[in-house]
Formats: sequence, structure tokens, C-alpha cells
Amino acid sequence: MKQVFKRPESMTDKPFHFCPGCHHGIVHRLVAEALDHFDVREKTVGVASVGCSVFLYDYFAVDVIEAPHGRAAAVATGTKRVLKDHIVFTYQGDGDLAAIGTAEVIHAANRGDNITVIFVNNGIYGMTGGQMAPTTLLGQRSTTSPYGRDCNRDGYPIKMTEMLAALEGPSLVSRVAVNTPGNVKKARKVIRQAFQMQIEGKGFSFVEVLSTCPTNWGMTPQAANDRIAEEMIPYFPLGTLKQKDVIDVL
Amino acid sequence: MPKVEIEIERCKGCALCVDACPEHVLELGKGINLSGYQHVVVVNPDACIGCCRCAEMCPDVALAVWR
Repeated sequence: MKQVFKRPESMTDKPFHFCPGCHHGIVHRLVAEALDHFDVREKTVGVASVGCSVFLYDYFAVDVIEAPHGRAAAVATGTKRVLKDHIVFTYQGDGDLAAIGTAEVIHAANRGDNITVIFVNNGIYGMTGGQMAPTTLLGQRSTTSPYGRDCNRDGYPIKMTEMLAALEGPSLVSRVAVNTPGNVKKARKVIRQAFQMQIEGKGFSFVEVLSTCPTNWGMTPQAANDRIAEEMIPYFPLGTLKQKDVIDVL
Repeated sequence: MPKVEIEIERCKGCALCVDACPEHVLELGKGINLSGYQHVVVVNPDACIGCCRCAEMCPDVALAVWR
């Protein structure tokens, strides 16, 4: 009998500060498993964003830079250009990447910088108390849209994956979810592919992960998981929108 | 014999693993851990098939599976 599931070595022993049922923990684990898979822990630099993902340095056993709000892609670009043999990834939420950091990620993608961006989209500002984010769905209530998001006043939820897939620079642009065990397995494969792209020097790779925020959605973890399938996936369809070369790393 | 182990001090009682388990091995228990969370317990260890679905869904990496 052998252990078929254990804590990845790229993670520290520190328990997560995330709320019960938050998908951040699953995404953290998938990224750490990818680093273990390619055995690049000793030469990886993570770039954390502002938001619930800010404590990346506590949970990953790799070097981590804490970037100013929204600037993770710009910091990662600089890091990668100085440390060419290192693996550089950013881990950003939607309030960071899709709001204040839109310019940074679009230009990093357009330049095709050889970094990996993990974008956790839960459709709300989690850490600051549930304000409306650019990715909040129409009709969704938040503390700054108490009657639901209205497209005439607030615009439409922004689709970052579709936007970046339209550019020439990125080598991999994909959207995954982690609401079911099957989707977690697919997400693991795509996150591995994203790091594979960087290791092979193919350029910018971007993975959007649909995530829950049970606390700020005002739901149980189970109901929040169901909402991903019922409301988020129909608006944010899953799948790889752009891939320069098909790589099977499994 | 496949088995699943829970690190109860990491568990926050979200019970995503309970929903994910096809064999109903896990259940939200009555006990409280040091952080004050009601944690999940293994109620039906013999039924475990070692599929890892519970561990895949655990946001706190509190589960370990042997097969």
C-alpha cells in the first residue's frame, strides 16, 4: 500500500487563513503540485498579488515577491528578464488582475513574456469585504451593488481569458474550474501545461480558475460550488482558447 | 486496503469532501478542533476505495490517501 495523495513538497506546513470551502486552497495545491512535478522548487519565484492571495509567501516553499496592487505581471516580467533560468509565476485574484492590474497583464501577454499567470476569478473582492469586482455577474448582489449588478450602470462582467486569447503574444490561454473532482483533475493538467510552456520557453501562459467565495457570496460551501456550475460556467465557459503547440505532459 | 486519514487540526468543516466521496466514507463529526471548527471524521473506513476525490476537493490539504 502506498500513499497516493499527500501534501506537495512545494507547500509549507502552515495552515491556510482562507475561509472554509474557499477554492484558493485547491488552486494553491495544484500550483505546488505542478512545481513538484517539474522539480523546479529550488529555482522558482512566485509573485503574489494583493487580496486573499497576498500570503503566498507563507504557504509556498519557494521565493515570493509581494507586488504592489495589480502590478504582479510587471514585477514578474522584470524578475524573469533578470533571472532567465528561473521559473516565474504570478498568482492573482480578479480584483487585482482584472481591475487595477488590467494594463499590466495585457501588456505582459502582448509582449509574450515567458511567465505563467494564475488568475483566480471568484467574481467579488474577497478580502476587503465583498465589493463588486469587474467580473461580478449581472444581477449578483455585493456590498457595492446591493440590488444586483446592472449592466447600464456597471457594465458587463469582463472576460479576461477571451481578451487575452485575442492577442498574438500568449502561448496558452485557458479557463478551468475546481468545483468538482473531475474539474480539479482537468485544472491540474492545464496548470502543468502552463508551467511546461514556460520551461520550454514558449512564452506567456495564462490560466483562469473559476473559484468560490462562500463568505462574501453568503452561501454554504456546497451551494457556492453549485453556483459555479449553474451561473459562472455558462457565462465564463471552460476550455483552452489558445495554445501554440499541443503538449501532453501527463 | 485503501484508507483515508484526516489531519483534523487543518480541517475547517467545509464538508466538500463529504459531498465528493462516492462511498459515503466521510461525515461532518460532532467534535471541535483547536481552531474551533467542527471537523470531518471517517465513519465508514472499510468502504474507502482510495479514489482520492475527497482529497482533490479539500481546500485545506487536510486529507491523505493510501491505496
